[in-house]
Amino acid sequence: MILTKDELALLDGKMGEALSKAMKILVALGKIYHTENMVPITSAQIAGVSYDNLGEDGLDFLNEMAVNGDRVRVLTTLNPAGMDIENWRALGITADFAEKQIRVIDAFKQMGIIPTCSCTPYLVGNLPLFGDHIAWAESSAVCFANSIIGARTNREGGPSALAAALTGRTPAYGLHLNEGRLPTLHVEIPCDIQGETAFGALGAAYGLILEGSKVRHVPIFTGISRATLDELKAFSASIATYAGTALFHIRDITPEANRFALPDEHLVITLEQVEQALVRFSTPEPVETDFYTLGCPHLSLNELIVIAKKLAGKKVKKEFWLTTARPTKEIAQKLGIIQIIEETGAKVVADTCCVVAPIGKKYHTLATNSAKGIYYASSKHHFHTRFLTEDQIIAEVTR
Amino acid sequence: MKWSGRTISPGVAFGEVLYSSRSISFFGGVDPTNGVVLESGHPLEGLTISGKILVFPTGKGSTVGSYTLYRLKKNGKAPLAIINGECETITAVGCIIADIPCIDQVPINEIANFKEVRLDANSGLIEADE
Repeated sequence: MILTKDELALLDGKMGEALSKAMKILVALGKIYHTENMVPITSAQIAGVSYDNLGEDGLDFLNEMAVNGDRVRVLTTLNPAGMDIENWRALGITADFAEKQIRVIDAFKQMGIIPTCSCTPYLVGNLPLFGDHIAWAESSAVCFANSIIGARTNREGGPSALAAALTGRTPAYGLHLNEGRLPTLHVEIPCDIQGETAFGALGAAYGLILEGSKVRHVPIFTGISRATLDELKAFSASIATYAGTALFHIRDITPEANRFALPDEHLVITLEQVEQALVRFSTPEPVETDFYTLGCPHLSLNELIVIAKKLAGKKVKKEFWLTTARPTKEIAQKLGIIQIIEETGAKVVADTCCVVAPIGKKYHTLATNSAKGIYYASSKHHFHTRFLTEDQIIAEVTR
Repeated sequence: MKWSGRTISPGVAFGEVLYSSRSISFFGGVDPTNGVVLESGHPLEGLTISGKILVFPTGKGSTVGSYTLYRLKKNGKAPLAIINGECETITAVGCIIADIPCIDQVPINEIANFKEVRLDANSGLIEADE
């Protein structure tokens, strides 16, 4: 690789062991993906925050990186943790787990990272601009940043995103380059897709159809005439989970889509296939559902307002979590939204979600409107799952 | 025999070759406390990668696998070095954060024929006695 004087100084350890290690990670990735140079970044998002995933050794590594007092060089935010940082007792988290989780957050804070603890950094103050080079982990946010914002990031893992944040740069390969952003597969949607559940099911259907495909496509969708921010948030999470997609385009909706001619390789996804995806991820004869959740990815302020309207005055009779980012919860609190929701018996949970909280042994059947949530509930927590719409969930929990 | 490859993570090592024709997932696929391969049906299932020069085509699976290599090292159960056909992100990042020497882009099926190899990942050289 061709490195600048500053980059060489970092690599050689002139700025300390942690930064040298960070630079070594970036140089190795640059080599693997055949790039000559680094590109400066404007933003980072770091995953690998839940102690449940990280373990003692991950924590050791973070402390090793934090010990010299090095601080991140760009705006850097954090993925969800394994618990609500302020309200963990109410969620049945043990004091032992809480203590370890706090140590993880403290290590990140020591490096100047903002503990947003959210998978939707773009909703809580980390919003890159079109064309910005960034280094984000969290597959749903990567997909949203590339596709909906038009910022440029590869799918980073926890350590490589941290390395980029500490050095302010990332190797310039893949989706940082114009050629990496060209659509390679035209996906036609001849039906009307509406609502977060349907958009999530579309992402899952796409992943199932391309299962076993050796090529990771950049798809360009046509036939989708409208989509809300919340639907695109759900779609980004789903297609990233089921197909490993880090960038998609939607004609007339996403910012880069109309720059490109449609590729020859062509696929049609029918309404039947979308509906099959919904059925496939629901356990055929579910035992009684004991855990309901909305908020994967984290609920936006608008989603909280809509849910509060639907719930107002009712009684929730099930374990029902609404997960969101703390800043979003605090605005909603000022608006009186949280009080309306909590009076029903539902829990508004910040900083965490159903994917990373250690809920595996506590519940057995999870119902959600999130395709991504369904995937991790069954693969990581071995839950039975039910893939429902928001309205169906609200009807069941208040029945 | 000598082979020249690409340095992914620096360092030197000499030891016994453990070869796998199949890719390895460190997260979930290797026990971080003792280095034993857990993946059912894997050619190395039940064998330990600890203290070996581990030779395999490429890594796969979750990015958390990088931390598994780090954890093996902290537990004193890491491989001495890793040789890949084509290294990917998980193995590369894991080797760097755990200080495990790593070289790739060498003919691993040739290296598989030798019992022991000496490796200098600073220069990318691997040697075996005839």
